[in-house]
Amino acid sequence: MRRLSRTLGPVAVAVLALTAAGCGGGSGSGSGSSDADSTSSSSPSADGGGGDADLLVWTDALKIDAVKQVAEDFGEANGINVKVQAISEDLQGSFVTADAAGNGPDVVVGAHDWIGNLVQNGAIDPLNLAPDELSGYSEKAVQATTYDGKLYGVPYGIEALALYRNTEVVPDEPASMDDAIAAGEAAVKAGKVDSALNLPVGELGDAYHMEPILTSFGGYIFSYDDATGYDAQDVGIGKEGSVKAAEEISRLAKAKVLRTSISGDNSIALFTSGKAAFLVSGPWALADVKKAGFDYAIQPVPGFDGEEAAAPFMGAQAFMVAANGKNKDIAQEFVNNGVNSEDAMMSLYEGTQLPPAMTAVQDQVDDADLSVFTEAANAAAPMPAIPAMASVWEPLGKAYAAIVSGKDPVSTIQSAGDTITKAIADAG
Amino acid sequence: MADLQTSDPSTDTEPRRRFTQPGRDGVPALLVKVLFLGVVVGTAIALSPALVGNGSWFFLGAIWVVAAILVATYATGRALPAKYLVPGTLMLALFVVYPIALTAKTSFTNYGDGTRNDKQTTVDQIVGSSVTRSADSPQYNLTVATDGDPASGPFTYFLVPQDDPESVFEGTADGLEEDPSGVTLDNGRVTAVDGYTILNIKQISAASDALDEIAVPTDDDTFIVRDGTSEAFEGAPTLVYDEDADTITDTTSDTVYTVAKQGDREYFVDGDGTRISDQSWTANVGTRNYERIATDSQIRTDFAKIFVWNVVFATLSVVGTFLLGLLFAITLNDPRVRGQKIYRALLILPYAIPGFISLLLWSSFYNRDFGLINDLTGLDVNWFGGATTAKIAVLITNLWMGFPYMFLVSTGALQAIPEDLREAATIDGAGGFAGFRRITFPLLLVTVAPLLVATFAFNFNNFGAIYLLTGGGPFTPENPTAGGTDILISYLYRLAFGAGGVQIGFASAVSVVLFVITGVMAALQFRATRSLEDVN
Repeated sequence: MRRLSRTLGPVAVAVLALTAAGCGGGSGSGSGSSDADSTSSSSPSADGGGGDADLLVWTDALKIDAVKQVAEDFGEANGINVKVQAISEDLQGSFVTADAAGNGPDVVVGAHDWIGNLVQNGAIDPLNLAPDELSGYSEKAVQATTYDGKLYGVPYGIEALALYRNTEVVPDEPASMDDAIAAGEAAVKAGKVDSALNLPVGELGDAYHMEPILTSFGGYIFSYDDATGYDAQDVGIGKEGSVKAAEEISRLAKAKVLRTSISGDNSIALFTSGKAAFLVSGPWALADVKKAGFDYAIQPVPGFDGEEAAAPFMGAQAFMVAANGKNKDIAQEFVNNGVNSEDAMMSLYEGTQLPPAMTAVQDQVDDADLSVFTEAANAAAPMPAIPAMASVWEPLGKAYAAIVSGKDPVSTIQSAGDTITKAIADAG
Repeated sequence: MADLQTSDPSTDTEPRRRFTQPGRDGVPALLVKVLFLGVVVGTAIALSPALVGNGSWFFLGAIWVVAAILVATYATGRALPAKYLVPGTLMLALFVVYPIALTAKTSFTNYGDGTRNDKQTTVDQIVGSSVTRSADSPQYNLTVATDGDPASGPFTYFLVPQDDPESVFEGTADGLEEDPSGVTLDNGRVTAVDGYTILNIKQISAASDALDEIAVPTDDDTFIVRDGTSEAFEGAPTLVYDEDADTITDTTSDTVYTVAKQGDREYFVDGDGTRISDQSWTANVGTRNYERIATDSQIRTDFAKIFVWNVVFATLSVVGTFLLGLLFAITLNDPRVRGQKIYRALLILPYAIPGFISLLLWSSFYNRDFGLINDLTGLDVNWFGGATTAKIAVLITNLWMGFPYMFLVSTGALQAIPEDLREAATIDGAGGFAGFRRITFPLLLVTVAPLLVATFAFNFNNFGAIYLLTGGGPFTPENPTAGGTDILISYLYRLAFGAGGVQIGFASAVSVVLFVITGVMAALQFRATRSLEDVN
């Protein structure tokens, strides 16, 4: 009996504590909801709700410090309360859902290729920047953030793939992709490195990193027209250029230059640990490469001998105004005048280390590596933002992976083209 | 187990009788009860105005019904069983029944990317975003002012053209007037007006609904509209919605866009079928989502193949982890083993690492050229390159992930088997393996079998193990939607969220189907395990 009471005593105490906590939680949530209620009922007359912030900005975890800096400067200048939140997992999806439910942010900072999906979901509003304000940005950045003839974001950073070279392994700059691969293979033979060229493939494929090869052989995903943008009805996969590219990919895979064991997860780390002669990657790899402790050089991804120049995808990072934000006027003011200024752009460049989109800032930045990326981005083609692109990434990537694992290049790329065309038709 | 269950009520009768007589519980219990019911009713009252404001009548009704049920149950002395059943039932309704009902409801719509809004919102957005800046229209520096109340107006725009910072316009919904009196200009911006209050940025934002009504008409059929809080521009909407005809007209080209169905969605399209926008709207599609699952030839062929592997995967995962866990449990249950606690702690380690981290780590272990497994064993297996090796890799990893749980469960069950039973068996000549097979194992199964069923159901839908490890791959070029290691849930996830964007309506239909399949299988298994209980 004593033993029982000894064991039951603590249990009883714990149960009581839990009950108390439950009650506390209950009353807490009760008062909390009445608080929320009072703010929402007073909001029409007061400050538009949205908690205590007059401007709520969502961005990803990598860029939060830079965005916070710009947003707080704007808040101080205008005497308003600004809140910046980082959404680390699926920012685009979270934003679409939250905006539709009416509890999203006022401004979202994201990649330009989201715009098509955000527009079809009615999640962002077009901007009305004057033409002379827009002329301050690099042409490609404006082209990227313009959708259906309207501007949907103020771009601050641009990115594109470039070719990193370990100059201790390959001292001379290659003039073409063939030269680079030959030099890399020689280095592998000499036992200096394990991999000639780290171009991420992975088991599931990587259509983004394969784009320079596709375009160098005259392949394309959607045809592009300056007036109407990308045309989802004209799919280039399965057509002549893509077949030539697929054959080259197959050849490179047989030579063990392209491998499924090299993916976006390990390609940078393998290069920085000195195991690869070349790396195809974007400005996001720069910080790691600088720390790697060997001499490196960067150049735009070259084309193949006798073929066209390689055109990787260009991406723009931009500030966009939410369609259902609670403080839309302030959001517009922030994007039009807070972000759209040289000081803010400089501060964003310093915080994110992305090649700047504003030409005035590009001119001030004196960094050889970054100018290579700026050059590469200006020569690249903006990643298609149309919703049909969602039907491309997976089948195309998997086709590349299948070719690299030894499947027949011609039939594989053609069936990928069929799959993509069918998926676009199915999606409506 | 059975013993325990039958003894439960008898130990409970004492406190239960006390609870049946309210008012005699003593002051603290009564206080707790009053406090609890007060919180319930208070919450309902506090939430009501907001729900009325939003027009959420369903939730308003639901909240008051729940509050009424709770008060009726606990404030009175009657309905004793209800006091025990109501909390669980409410939780069941809230966390199980409601989500399922909502999923089923969504499965009859086309809700997803491109169809998230209703038609009215979509039309408003298409028309609203068609405001285009007129060619070389001037940009104005805007000052919003009022001669009334800053919250309600009436509001007046004071505009200074950016290319002519000396002139000032006064704009209202009636039109534009040049050179208003009593205006203070500073640096190309109106900073004060006699008799007016200038609105600051917060006040403008708060008054945005009223300000949206103000479009200052100009001479050439355009309007001056504000852009942010400090600027305005001249422009006009190019699209007009005609509600009666349900058409949108482009006033610049006189193109008429009518509603037409493309795929399973409606869009505004012109005569050639070109859409005005990719925006569509939520609509009821009846059983179309279910028909698509049943009739799509690709889905049908893939489904059978994947279902078989799904069952194999779940079965082997359960059997493998159970046998390995049991083996360790029996070994460590032997009193002759020294350092039992250390071994047990070590064996539970895989269970202590968050699953998604182990899965991502294992995924990199299988890398052909740089992975740990090929490095250590000297093999050159392209694990994720072929369907068979990828399946083996998935099973090995899931074995590692799952055996600690089985080890824990088996250890507990073994220790619950009375020692005298085994002694009696040994005396009867059933020692060693025979004793284990005839006495220990059947007794163990009585405890463990329901957990095996639960583990099977869990593994049947073990999305993470597949998605994080192989992503469902490898894929063949002909069929990028169904991979070699795909189980139903990962395959259907790809169908619903992969190509073509997010299709929540379709995904809901798929979850309903999967819910039925898993439910039927679990029911069958529970029926099968019921026979085990006869052992006792």
